[in-house]
Amino acid sequence: MAYSEKVIDHYENPRNIGTMDKADPDVGTGIVGAPECGDVMRLQIKVNPETGVIEDAKFKTFGCGSAIASSSLATEWLKGKSLHDADEIKNTDIVQELALPPVKIHCSVLAEDAIKHALEDYLEKHGKTMESLHEHDHEHEHAHEDAQA
Amino acid sequence: MSLTLPIYLDHNATTPMDPRVLDAMMPYFTEKFGNAASRNHRYGWEGEEGVDYAREQVANLIGCTAKEVVWTSGSTESNNLAIKGVADMYGKKGNHIITAVHEHKATLDPVKRLQKQGFDVTWLEPNSDGIITAEAVEAAVRPDTVLVTIMWANNELGTINEIPEIGRMLKQKFSEKDKPIFHTDATQWVGKMPTDVERDGVDLLSASAHKMYGPKGVGFLYVRRRRPRVRLTPIMDGGGHERGMRSGTLNVTGIVGMGVACEIAGKEMDAEQQRLLKMRTRLEEGILSKLPMAVVNGHPTKRLPGTTNISFPYVEGESLMMAIKEIAVSSGSACTSASLEPSYVLKALGLGDEIAHSSIRFGLGRFTTEEEIDYTIEKVVKNVQHLLDMSPLWEMVQEGIDLDSIEWGAH
Repeated sequence: MAYSEKVIDHYENPRNIGTMDKADPDVGTGIVGAPECGDVMRLQIKVNPETGVIEDAKFKTFGCGSAIASSSLATEWLKGKSLHDADEIKNTDIVQELALPPVKIHCSVLAEDAIKHALEDYLEKHGKTMESLHEHDHEHEHAHEDAQA
Repeated sequence: MSLTLPIYLDHNATTPMDPRVLDAMMPYFTEKFGNAASRNHRYGWEGEEGVDYAREQVANLIGCTAKEVVWTSGSTESNNLAIKGVADMYGKKGNHIITAVHEHKATLDPVKRLQKQGFDVTWLEPNSDGIITAEAVEAAVRPDTVLVTIMWANNELGTINEIPEIGRMLKQKFSEKDKPIFHTDATQWVGKMPTDVERDGVDLLSASAHKMYGPKGVGFLYVRRRRPRVRLTPIMDGGGHERGMRSGTLNVTGIVGMGVACEIAGKEMDAEQQRLLKMRTRLEEGILSKLPMAVVNGHPTKRLPGTTNISFPYVEGESLMMAIKEIAVSSGSACTSASLEPSYVLKALGLGDEIAHSSIRFGLGRFTTEEEIDYTIEKVVKNVQHLLDMSPLWEMVQEGIDLDSIEWGAH
């Protein structure tokens, strides 16, 4: 399998390997995949309770080179993002950035899933749902409609 | 001496040609180019002489007569000829075939085809040590069994099946007339370990030159001529070469190479076995002493001296291969195969998929050095450690979590 330079770079110098305290109310954890499928990704975010911005992100991954690179890239992208913007990260963005071959697209899907699970876990701790992240979107749309009216 | 990278530790896939083999082949490309079937001029005679000499060299290595050697393009063809040839020739006598689930595809696929055509097949499963015993074959054999086909040594594990014991059991259990034909795919075995088809009771035996420092594209099928005389329906019809069992102009150059490869293998076998076993022990001990979670797959001792298949649980095989790209090895990981399925051989041992995903086969060979082994140990240990630090599964295990107790999501 010939990998892109970016995959090899993330694989050889993975960003943000590590573990956060799952019980910390500021931490959201997402674990996806299964050992028998050959990939397990764990992605964690730490959210600043004041600003709602992701301050830190960590990962650990059991999987092939693309799975490791996809999760490493995801942690880089998550840092500094609002929860809303984090939810906008799409697997296709990861495929594009890492130039993943078609057989490795599932690795990017797994990374997107891991992000969603981490966000969900954090929100659940605060009695919120994923939908709540996008309430604002609708307000904007409505405001826009009002302005047009 | 400096190391040449990547280090080649994939000798079960193929071997480099021994320079002595190449030297012997060279004249047959140019001056001695004759067709071995040309009976009426010197060029043809030279070709035939080369082929006949090679037949003797093979016969000496495996304990048969020169007339019992049928040249083929390699083991896949030999297996096809043996399996389909017996089924067609003896199909009226019986309808039952015995083989094992972790054979090479070159056995599994021909047998599957026969199964589709109506043959009744018993697929033996190995124990966790990977070995097919004579006892298991004896329990499966029936009066209507026409063929037993079991490989001598497994290509992924290096484990050695009980071939002489199976041969002996069949001879004891049946009269010469009623005995099922016993075929063994000895691709990984011949040239590495002592073989005697008479003593071991083998009727048909497949081998390939390129696994024993000979050229690619040439192999043979040993076909027993007496007690019992085995007859085969050919796959290739044509000029009636090779006693009618395999038509087609002989690959004289390749055959000469295979003969020399057999002669060298026979002469150097004892010393080579000892050397390989010593190096493999060094490799296994070097890795296992520093990575206690690593496991050697298959029987601990009944293995080819140069082969070891090691699983690194909680680490994925393809990512490990990527990390040790300076070492040319093979993995049972799904990610390295076209099918995205982990190795069926490792699964046959009853190992979990996660163990199969994390396996690496190291195949040592004639030109492997201790320096290369030490380099490999260092690289493997360092990178497995790195991947363990990255593995959520390893972290859970360290925390005392039983991975089987977790409900994993499917994807």
